[in-house]
Amino acid sequence: MLTKKQLFSRGMLDISPHMLSVIPFGIICGAIGVELGFDPYLVYAMSFIIFGGASQIVFLQLLSGGASSLVAVASVGIINSRHLLYGAVLSEYLEKLSFIKKLLISYVVVDQGFAESNKFFKKNRNEEFLHYHLIGTGCTMWICWQIATLSGIVLGSFVPEELGLKFAIPLTFIAIVVQDLKKLDHVIVMITCGLSSLLFFDAPFKSYIIISPIIALFVAALLLRLKK
Amino acid sequence: MTLTAIIFAGILTYFTRMTMIALISRDMLGDKIKAVLEYVPSAVFPAIIFPGIFINDFGTFIEMNDPKIFGALVAVIVGYFSKNIIATISAGLVSYWFLIFVVFS
Repeated sequence: MLTKKQLFSRGMLDISPHMLSVIPFGIICGAIGVELGFDPYLVYAMSFIIFGGASQIVFLQLLSGGASSLVAVASVGIINSRHLLYGAVLSEYLEKLSFIKKLLISYVVVDQGFAESNKFFKKNRNEEFLHYHLIGTGCTMWICWQIATLSGIVLGSFVPEELGLKFAIPLTFIAIVVQDLKKLDHVIVMITCGLSSLLFFDAPFKSYIIISPIIALFVAALLLRLKK
Repeated sequence: MTLTAIIFAGILTYFTRMTMIALISRDMLGDKIKAVLEYVPSAVFPAIIFPGIFINDFGTFIEMNDPKIFGALVAVIVGYFSKNIIATISAGLVSYWFLIFVVFS
């Protein structure tokens, strides 16, 4: 049995390689906000209040492009609706926690933290304090995100755009799913999701980000039925 | 004005994170649903990966000879064999930079 502290450290360790892409991306997010002409305090407030990578950029871009606040808020909600799926997966491992702990832990659930903690949970189902791993991944992500976006706000236009650092984001997610390419059923699900996301990219409110996972999960359900 | 919108966006985002964790109990999800949920990472992350590679900042498709496609392929190959996150990201970025700064410059 691992102690709480060991699990927390393990979570920090498991997510830390992703900081190679998260920190540059956070810097870009902060810099874009300032470049679009928003109050630096507001740009930072988003990292604290929304704490959701790409959705923060989309929010500011929509507002600066003249969209109404309602459209911007709705888009953030739809982009982040993928967390519902993460929550459904994680709920199995967190069900023993008190309601208050569930409410608190929810704030730090992010893509990479979900991915790495879920991998760890699957291999260590019987650990008593599993949620400390999720707190470890979430807190590491939170601290790095705050520092990175703040740095971007301060650096502003000094961030070299020609480096194309946004490209680090697809790469970090490739690193997460690449081992599942060994399984044919997962490959089919991934290709379904990827192609759907391109097909529906122009759907309103950036809804491709939740439409394509739903289509891919339907395909997964069909595959499960075929397997039997 | 903008701050109000940020707060609403934040509350909405928090609800997407909290709803399934705090309000759903294990018994509400059947075995079939749980089996499908096993596929969540494979069903969600390509929706971040594919547009990040194939669609540019202006929302249009890239050319088939775009350096990003090469960078992503290198990342997939290095990631598959190395099983190392840092190696995967670095390989993708370095090969991408090699093409844009050395080959195409």
